[in-house]
Amino acid sequence: MALPPLDSSQWQSPLRAFAWGLRSITQTILTVVLFVTYLGIGALAHDTHFSLAWALASTLFVWAGPAQIILITTLGSGATIIQSAIAVTVSAIRLFPMVVSVLPLMRTPQTKRRELIFAAHLTAVTLWVECHRFLPQVPRERRIAFVHGLGCGLVSVCLCANTVGYFLAANLTQTLGAAILLLTPLSFLFSTARNSREVADIVALVLGLVLYPVAAKMNSGLDILVSGVVAGTIAYGAHFWREARA
Amino acid sequence: MSTFIGDWHALAVLFVAGVIPNQIWRMLGLWFGGGIDEGSELLVWVRAVATAILAGVIAQIVVQPPGALASVPDALRYGAVVAGFIAFMLTRRSIFAGVVTGELFMLAGTWWLG
Repeated sequence: MALPPLDSSQWQSPLRAFAWGLRSITQTILTVVLFVTYLGIGALAHDTHFSLAWALASTLFVWAGPAQIILITTLGSGATIIQSAIAVTVSAIRLFPMVVSVLPLMRTPQTKRRELIFAAHLTAVTLWVECHRFLPQVPRERRIAFVHGLGCGLVSVCLCANTVGYFLAANLTQTLGAAILLLTPLSFLFSTARNSREVADIVALVLGLVLYPVAAKMNSGLDILVSGVVAGTIAYGAHFWREARA
Repeated sequence: MSTFIGDWHALAVLFVAGVIPNQIWRMLGLWFGGGIDEGSELLVWVRAVATAILAGVIAQIVVQPPGALASVPDALRYGAVVAGFIAFMLTRRSIFAGVVTGELFMLAGTWWLG
């Protein structure tokens, strides 16, 4: 499937643009990665004794895989609401630069801020990557409708995946249940590694993996935050040092 | 129906500990978006910290596994990640190859250990 040319009459109706966005979810392997990740989140919610409605609501209203997993694992391991909220909000900081960089792609001089609220909500790593790929092929005045379609398609896929994962975890043998839960770290690790091109990204990923078990020994309830800020700051230092030498 | 919804307290916790702390950053991005330079040093640091936190989440699931994953021996979980990573690198960064190899490693290992 190729998108119609920029001057095609297909782009005249916003509804058509929405439908093209919806259909574009079939054009990326990241849809499969998301499906697998949300299968894992459904299974995780089941194994941590949350209801299916809870899992679906978290996908609809949080719409960020890492935040959902942090929320489920921290609450499940007995952290307080405050500790969970801090861990979630720290993991969500990355959404800020994503929204900042993606919204200018959809904006026209006439666009009002409230028209971008839903697109901002839909922004997460997959949509961010796909926007940079697809939006140059979409006329600017139809981009918001296109992104709404793309985002709604991805959310729907993930809601289905949650439901399937939830019931699979309830009915599978322990080994297959473990296999589903392992999908999440594997798909996160490789999709993050694939998106890491700058020195800062690579150092942050490797140090973040290595420092977490050290930070976990402190058992503060904020282990992810501690290892993340330390590893991220060292990674920023590596970037700064390289820039300064260049 | 009640098993589908669960208890309302848990749903309230979802909003207080999950939805609001997460959504606030998107709305700040929407609000202040215009005024920030994409290439600024602050954003480089924010991205690095966000990546490292994601790495921490990955490590947490493997090191302190939830639910059924806890039944898999430590060495097998670490081995699966390493095997997946080798496949990922050998296939010029194919996410699919990495995930499938890691899964097969774990399943073969549990089967072999009986």
